[in-house]
Amino acid sequence: MELSELWFVLIGVLFVGFVFLEGFDFGVGMATKFLAKNDMEKRILINTIGPFWDANEVWLLTAGGAMFAAFPHWYATLFSGYYLAFVLLLLALIARGVAFEFRGKHNTANWVKTWDWSIFLGSLLPPFLLGVLFTGLIKGLPIGADMEMNASFFGDLVNVYTVIGGIVFLMLVYLHGLMFISLKTDGDLRERANRAAQKMYLATGIGVVVFVLATAFYTDAFTNRGAILIPLYGVAVVLYLFLYSLLKNKKEGLSFTMTGLILILVTVSFFVVLFPNVMISSIDPSYSISLYDAASGAYSLKVMTIVAGIFVPIVLAYTVWSYYIFRKRVTNNKEHLEY
Amino acid sequence: MSELILARIQFASTTIFHFFFVPLSIGLAFLVALMETLYVVKKQEIYKEMSKFWGKFFLINFAVGVVTGIIQEFQFGMNWSDYSRFVGDVFGPPLAIEALLAFFMESTFIGLWIFGWNRLPKKIHLLSIWLVSFGTAISALWILAANSFMQNPVGYTIQNGRAEMNNFLDILTNEKLLVAYPHTIFASLTTAAFLVGGISAWNLLKKRHIEFFKRSAVISLIIGLVSSLGVAFSGHTQAQYLVSEQPMKMAAAEALWEDSGDPASWTVIAGIDTENKDNTFQLDIPYALSFLSYGKFSGDVKGMNTIQEEYEQLYGEGDYIPPVKTTFWSFRIMVAAGGLMILLSFIGLVLHWRQKLPTSTRFLKWMIPAIFLPYIANTSGWIMSEIGRQPWVVNGLMLTSSGVSPSVSSGQILFSLIAFSLIYTLLAIAMVFLFVKVIKKGPYASETGDATVTDPFSTGRVG
Repeated sequence: MELSELWFVLIGVLFVGFVFLEGFDFGVGMATKFLAKNDMEKRILINTIGPFWDANEVWLLTAGGAMFAAFPHWYATLFSGYYLAFVLLLLALIARGVAFEFRGKHNTANWVKTWDWSIFLGSLLPPFLLGVLFTGLIKGLPIGADMEMNASFFGDLVNVYTVIGGIVFLMLVYLHGLMFISLKTDGDLRERANRAAQKMYLATGIGVVVFVLATAFYTDAFTNRGAILIPLYGVAVVLYLFLYSLLKNKKEGLSFTMTGLILILVTVSFFVVLFPNVMISSIDPSYSISLYDAASGAYSLKVMTIVAGIFVPIVLAYTVWSYYIFRKRVTNNKEHLEY
Repeated sequence: MSELILARIQFASTTIFHFFFVPLSIGLAFLVALMETLYVVKKQEIYKEMSKFWGKFFLINFAVGVVTGIIQEFQFGMNWSDYSRFVGDVFGPPLAIEALLAFFMESTFIGLWIFGWNRLPKKIHLLSIWLVSFGTAISALWILAANSFMQNPVGYTIQNGRAEMNNFLDILTNEKLLVAYPHTIFASLTTAAFLVGGISAWNLLKKRHIEFFKRSAVISLIIGLVSSLGVAFSGHTQAQYLVSEQPMKMAAAEALWEDSGDPASWTVIAGIDTENKDNTFQLDIPYALSFLSYGKFSGDVKGMNTIQEEYEQLYGEGDYIPPVKTTFWSFRIMVAAGGLMILLSFIGLVLHWRQKLPTSTRFLKWMIPAIFLPYIANTSGWIMSEIGRQPWVVNGLMLTSSGVSPSVSSGQILFSLIAFSLIYTLLAIAMVFLFVKVIKKGPYASETGDATVTDPFSTGRVG
């Protein structure tokens, strides 16, 4: 495998890590609006992700940085082409990021309400936008011979398929978040999270089916990559069916793993469809940017491979350790509430 | 307005706004870690309370620093796509490595620090804040490594129509990085020292928690003096570096149009006439520029007109003179603010030595507005460094005007500029509001009970 191919895989891994980890904390952020009945429950929900959300977000930043370093043309075309989507993403992440820190530091109703909305919208918009973005990527975008993308807002960026992608991604993330809540809380909240997940179960399943059908209809994914995609989605279906009995039997750890795996499979499917391109041109297939066209030189990739080889295991080790330290359920006990 | 101007305004505002928070994060993380170390070593509760109290400022500030940093990382691709294509091979790796080495460390251990007071053994908890502090410092190293490449490109060859890295070690030992890094770290420490010093002074004036704020003030004055002297000395090495590697920036910072002659005198103030490329008046100190440039009292410094001619030979027709007035005045504002900081921390320590610090009303009153001195110095230093580099985005390799995204319209940039400016303003207001609130509450907020009355679940702990 060439180093550029390895880095394509690594960026995929970074996005997978991001959707699995920040996926649940986005889901928890959404649940603060739908699941929590009072301020105390909101605080419990926020505290379940308190020690983690910041580091989870770093997966996205690292993916962005790695794109810049390993595939400058991918980074340049994608970020400038999706300009408005990234502006909205940034606004959402900014509002959300400070909200966790600011919310608990002052206690008037308006103050708390403002940051509650920031957490909710800041958790809702990013997964939706990323869903839109990824589905747009595999559908193809107006990339010219100069590698520039000049996309129209309606049609290229926002269309039936990408909106379906955004909504389905959102539903998966929410389900994943509910599973995390039932894993990390106790009592009534834990029960309600599980019940809400059971309600969401069917809707999410339908959503994923619609998404797969839409993918077959709007993209060449199955023609080009059917051999990998069909087994991949097949596994997702099996996991999804298995999830039902896990939910019924309140196997929280396994349910959480299942929703995470389904999210991962959907994310992996985007990268499978893209490969070996990083940007698919809807104007002319010869304008598509392959990972080889987009990649940095061999020297840069080698340097980064060595750095990643040394430090990724260290990062993973202390990340796992921090989850171990905060493994206990967050309950209505003032000892645990920080936000 | 053109895309270029708007993209530049957006870059400048984002960078300057982000750089309000970064130095304080770096400096405060260190101070808080130092205070917690005193607690673990001396086993006195007051140091624990100190690290918690000052830790609140750190956390509020850090949150804003992080979110504005995300814009910083993404806007290279969003607004400067041609720049990103041209230098991504060299400029991207430091950013990616920063995320991997620094961001993960900071964000994971900050979580452990906030939520770990009662869950982690004391020493592990202390280690957490030191790792956060280390993370912030590492982060600065990689960002400055990337920025230094823009100031002084090294370790690359031009291949496939772009700059490609050929020596990673060169990038890490870039002379510009070696002079800029200590300067930035010392400046960060002064920023935290003067914030802690100023807030402590206010409380001492109000005679609140005298022991707590006296000790805080002394720590901050010691760090303040050491670091402000460090800023001055490392700044001097930067100036010497500029003369040899970025002579145009140095000449602009001195409003030096013609060659200085030997020995060179330093211009304190000048009336700059950029139209006629001349100064209407100037106040000079003889020999001083020679000393500033070479560390001795002789030596000639090249003027902008000479360098302009040299650059035209090298790079072809064009205007290679940066905005002179901005470069000149931002340099002077930085130096003046730095000098005041040395003076104030020196006076403060003398007062402490004579045991007069808590009662020196006049000095304490000075220390409150002095909170802004490091901000003024940091901002003007950053402006001088980046404006003085113009018209280059990568010195000698790529003009700023060639780096802008071709596919992004001015309307899109304008939208983002307004949206970001609005959110910056709101964040700044919220942050100042929270700072004032924390100051008014004081340390021991949980013990006086004001935090628990309205909220039965608050533990009054940091976070």
